[in-house]
Amino acid sequence: MMKKNLGILSLLITVFIATALCSGNFLSAYNLENLILRASLYGIISIGVAFVIISGGIDLSIGSVIGLIGCLLPMLITEWGVPTWIGLVVVLLVAASIGLLHGLLITKLKLQPFVVTLCGLLVYRGIARWITGDATLGFGRDHESLRLLATGRIPVGQVPGLGNFQIPVPLIILVVLGVLAAILLNRTIFGRYLLALGNNEQAARYSGINTSRVIISTYAICSLVAGLGGVLFALDVNSIQPAGFGSFYELYAIAAAVLGGCSLKGGEGSIFGVIIGAAIMQLLYNSIGVLGIQTTLEYAIIGIVILLGVMADEIVRRIAARRRADQQAKTAAQSEK
Amino acid sequence: MVANRLTPLLEARQITKRFPGVTALRRVGITLGRGEVLAVIGENGAGKSTLMKILAGIQQPDEGQIFIDGQPTAIDSVHTALRHGIALIHQELNLAGNLSVAANIYLGREPRHWGLIDSKQIHEDARLILAKVGLSVDPHVVAGQLSIGRQQLVEIARALSVGARVLIMDEPTSSLSQQETKTLFDVVRQLRNEGVSIIYISHRLGEVNELADRVTVLRDGEFAGDLPRDEINHDRMVRLMVGRDISQLHVRQARTPGNVAISLDGIVVPGQPQHRLSFTAQAGEIVGIAGLVGAGRTELLQVLFGVVPAVAGTIHVAGKIITPRSPFDAMHAGIALVPEDRKLQGLILQMAVRTNISLASVYQQRRAGVFLNDAFERREAARMVERLRIKTPSDRQLVQYLSGGNQQKVVLGKWLSLEPRVLLLDEPTRGIDVGAKQEIYQLMEELAGKGVAILFVSSEMEEILRMSDRALVMHEGAIMGELSRDELTEQRVMQLATGSIHSSEAGSARQT
Repeated sequence: MMKKNLGILSLLITVFIATALCSGNFLSAYNLENLILRASLYGIISIGVAFVIISGGIDLSIGSVIGLIGCLLPMLITEWGVPTWIGLVVVLLVAASIGLLHGLLITKLKLQPFVVTLCGLLVYRGIARWITGDATLGFGRDHESLRLLATGRIPVGQVPGLGNFQIPVPLIILVVLGVLAAILLNRTIFGRYLLALGNNEQAARYSGINTSRVIISTYAICSLVAGLGGVLFALDVNSIQPAGFGSFYELYAIAAAVLGGCSLKGGEGSIFGVIIGAAIMQLLYNSIGVLGIQTTLEYAIIGIVILLGVMADEIVRRIAARRRADQQAKTAAQSEK
Repeated sequence: MVANRLTPLLEARQITKRFPGVTALRRVGITLGRGEVLAVIGENGAGKSTLMKILAGIQQPDEGQIFIDGQPTAIDSVHTALRHGIALIHQELNLAGNLSVAANIYLGREPRHWGLIDSKQIHEDARLILAKVGLSVDPHVVAGQLSIGRQQLVEIARALSVGARVLIMDEPTSSLSQQETKTLFDVVRQLRNEGVSIIYISHRLGEVNELADRVTVLRDGEFAGDLPRDEINHDRMVRLMVGRDISQLHVRQARTPGNVAISLDGIVVPGQPQHRLSFTAQAGEIVGIAGLVGAGRTELLQVLFGVVPAVAGTIHVAGKIITPRSPFDAMHAGIALVPEDRKLQGLILQMAVRTNISLASVYQQRRAGVFLNDAFERREAARMVERLRIKTPSDRQLVQYLSGGNQQKVVLGKWLSLEPRVLLLDEPTRGIDVGAKQEIYQLMEELAGKGVAILFVSSEMEEILRMSDRALVMHEGAIMGELSRDELTEQRVMQLATGSIHSSEAGSARQT
């Protein structure tokens, strides 16, 4: 498992060192804190979609779920005066129910995940714009303690070369979520079933696994985590535009998962790899900024790096497979003599 | 070309082919003369299909040489094979069901007219070629609408249209009716008279006896013998195929079955609403389910295992009514299924032996409600590897690298962990070597001895005759009859399986 992540981890370190060498602004406490914050927020939503991708499905609605939840939370707690914690529970329940609905449509009605979640992408965006009247929302000044979930910083003191360094709270949330997700995937019955059905759904079903239940759970997890991401992103920016908040985030999340070793065919992936994948995307974005590369090139550069990463992965895999086949043929030939 | 009349048209020498974990062919030779019908026979896993794929360029041999007209020739692709006039008619038909007959015949080499397909010409030409195989259908007809037998003739027509001199037919009659089989044989004889050579693979020894000029027998990946026309008879073929006298096959001690383990009452399988199926199996009994391909046997097992729910009827297991609507339900009622296609339905190929063995039982052995139980998995895998003699370097080996027989044992191991009451086996020895086959037979007897009720579907007559305490014979979705051990003969089974006799005439069988 670790071995598979080595490639992507070394890519992260390479880009990090290269940027640090080329730009004096990169290694500053302010820039790194900002980078860690963004990487953590995107890392969180990528963990959610990883479960769906491992099951062999896809979720395109993440960005719109983030948008809807990001609008609902300030509406509930600032405009309607709902107590903060009830507001949080309600929006997370809404998010989870959205995933549940996706899962039911996909398993019981046998609709394609792409279609179901594509429609979700359109529907939740529309609902968010409609209930808010397309007006920008925020948390005002009354919810500073809640906003600390996203904006909080935990001081670690003086770091040589960086100055006074502070860890953004979302990193803590990412680490906790990441550990829980890794345990869920690798150490539980659910995770075993998920990997099995992602590889071969029919055989999993023929082995007495309730595949529908597992698949529905992955969509619920994905939307729930997207909802959590929506809450954090909203608390971070504090200015939520219903038409654009969270747009395209599903693509960042899917790209991070793929870069992190998830196959869109299903059945493989590691949580650690996905988090690194999300970090690489944000690092690239940050590098483009601090290196003074034209930001119009941003998407092109990120796209090319992902493509190269996936190509390298595929080539390494093929070489390994060929080597193994040769080895097998040799053993077979020997055992005959 | 220096070839004279005595040079064989096609000759393969010392062909060896290895797959991960298994040697499919070991220094096998084969010769084919001009205008000869050569039957290649052998049990499942004997290497027939692999040899044919090598001759047709689908696979390349690891060692050995192929000669065409006496010239050493490397057949490195299907294209090369076709250029030398060798065409394979697949077991599963390869027609595009949505295209017309003519379009299928010319698929991939359509004559062009100004860059567009010259539709008029291909339909005219197709008519001539179809006449050669005795098929009088309109070439405009969509291929998918033709019967299987006619589709097969279209495939042969396609092969002839590219100038095939050698036609390889892999079990061509396995899904044909008797009439269609007869037509096919007439076509084969006529082609032979026109100088086309035919390699004919079949399990049905009667057909081989009727059609073949010569028989080559393979056994366990090796050449087992050749029989010229005047030496072809049923006994000699079987003896070469199994490598020992047939009488030895029938050693089987009688058992006293226990209580009724599973009973079906008026079960209706989806797609066959006109038949109601009823039968029982007792604890410790091995019940064979015989019939031709497509008789509805697999569908019956799938209903029992909850893969598809029954339309009507009731199932009792150990006295209790169950209604399995998913394998999950069936598993919890004590039913296990070793499916027909182990790679598609039985195994997670990219997962380890250990993981596959524990896949069904890991839930019952979970810790703290949700966690995997490593110790259990390790112990269970070790136990099954030893008990079933699974040949694998370690229990962490991915199942995809195991041979067919060992893969099948992994599927069995998965279910034995749960100690099922009723074990359903669908073609349990398909595509596995002779040694592993014997081990699976032994295991079946052992399990029956411990009180498991076993229902097994098999298309191999020898297997039905050898293993069944009792056999059910199906035909077109109905159970045509039930044969006790004393009544069980190849002839009886075939009569019922082909629908030529109904159970009332066959003897004591119960009406269903």
